[in-house]
Amino acid sequence: MKILVCISNVPDTTTKISFTPDNSAFNTTGVQFVINPYDEYALTRAIELKEAQGGSVTVINVGEADTEANIRKALAIGADDAIRVNAKPTDAFFVAQQIAHYAQEGAYDLILMGKESVDYNGFEVHGMVAELLGITAITPAIKLDVNGNTATLEREIEGGKEVITMALPLVASCQQPMCEPRIPNMRGIMTARTKPLKVVEPVSAEAKTKFESYSLPEKKTGVKLIDPANAGDLIRLLRNEAKVI
Amino acid sequence: MAVLVLIEIADGLVRKSSLETASYGAQVAKALGTEAIGLAIGEVPAAELQSLGRQGLQKVYHNNESRLPDFVPGAYIKIILQTVQTVQAQVIILSTSNIGTAVGSRLAIRLGASLATNVIALPEIAGDTFKVKKSVFSGKAFADVVLTAETKIIAVKKNAVEILEQEGSAEVEAISADITDTDLIGAPQETIRATGEVLLTEADVVVSGGRGLRGPENWHLIEDLAKALGAATACSKPVADIGWRPHHEHVGQTGITISPNLYIAAGISGAIQHLAGVNSSKVIVVINKDPEAPFFKAADYGIVGDVAEVLPKLTEAAKALNQ
Repeated sequence: MKILVCISNVPDTTTKISFTPDNSAFNTTGVQFVINPYDEYALTRAIELKEAQGGSVTVINVGEADTEANIRKALAIGADDAIRVNAKPTDAFFVAQQIAHYAQEGAYDLILMGKESVDYNGFEVHGMVAELLGITAITPAIKLDVNGNTATLEREIEGGKEVITMALPLVASCQQPMCEPRIPNMRGIMTARTKPLKVVEPVSAEAKTKFESYSLPEKKTGVKLIDPANAGDLIRLLRNEAKVI
Repeated sequence: MAVLVLIEIADGLVRKSSLETASYGAQVAKALGTEAIGLAIGEVPAAELQSLGRQGLQKVYHNNESRLPDFVPGAYIKIILQTVQTVQAQVIILSTSNIGTAVGSRLAIRLGASLATNVIALPEIAGDTFKVKKSVFSGKAFADVVLTAETKIIAVKKNAVEILEQEGSAEVEAISADITDTDLIGAPQETIRATGEVLLTEADVVVSGGRGLRGPENWHLIEDLAKALGAATACSKPVADIGWRPHHEHVGQTGITISPNLYIAAGISGAIQHLAGVNSSKVIVVINKDPEAPFFKAADYGIVGDVAEVLPKLTEAAKALNQ
């Protein structure tokens, strides 16, 4: 089974977000970048499936050279090889075009990624890749098993879940509790250095959205403290003052 | 030209998030000088769809295909594309829901459209420029995004826009589509629904607990208050990770992002990842025994005290309010 895992390079979840002085771009100064946490579910599940049934796991990232540290991390966790599409990921449409192109070339059985990236929160790339390849995307998947040519998935729905059985190939977007994401061990880190990381040039594609400016939410003006002995007063304030209950 | 709104149905009723998208779609249509038209797929009484006139829809197309009691990507895409053609839709409004995000990206490719998800406000339309504001960095910031393609798809964030209540009744027209076996790939064999719970992403009030609860045996304190307030329950990441509560209740940067009118956090310190998931809540209440808990800085109301003592008092006061 050939599995392609798409990973995105995102600011660490503890990052305090700020922007350039003209608010036109995210300020990356001093920011630590990590593999998108949702993509880690996709990566770990892919490695588990490969370990159980054989096959290969390729990771793909659309990014400039500075994303290679996290691509190596994915190799250290257990992917076999990697592709970096050497381009700035301008929007979901552009990224999906790149992934679909190389996915087609590699004829993968399973294409996995996180349900969203924690930076731009698009929920877009999986569906776009599937549509470009003419296959089905299951999103968001919370469970994924493969038996021969058949996959069984659980898809989260509002207020419940569905069980889906279908033939490969397919695209699935992943989230917890699909698996316990792995961290690299020393042996993995050593072997990752020699695993193939192919850098390829982007195919021609035009973004369909333009991120023009950014802003931060308004700060709270200050907390009103209520004496714990009279905790019930809070309920009255919520009704009469805040008018939310 | 028209604005097409996908109406999601659950148990024969229009979802609250679709009342929001219908209202949003009606306002976009007004700004563009055109009509807002709905599309509902699944079993729902005509009267329920007619009442979408109150949110400003002129007409609702209804496909009651018996093989589609649940969401199936291929079949939904086919029906939506057919309706886009019928009404010559130039703007398509979805919810940032599991269905909305699953169809939005596929439609964007099929229609060569621009797509924005997690949109929190009405678009700014000036001449040919069409700009929307969306939530990014998991609620830590906003971005203004220009949609450059001729066809635009907007997935509105839940609980972020108001529901219009006006006079009106929408015309309902039954439609059908030629659904083949190929369109039904990915149809669920089984659907498991939690019953009797208030849906977390659509709830007006959410009561949430963290490790300050000290153990799953104290979780009833959260549930009791939630019940008295008609609220949904949620939890912090550590609580989901150690298995006190299921993962789908975890709110925060790597869980789900919510924007209720009222968010009550009990025994949650307020790590930046948790705040990201809840900071668009309109009013935040924090209960924590540590006065230095960072969450108090993001709160509107706070109680410094032990959750085991405070929560029962709140439950009692909430019950008294209902009597």
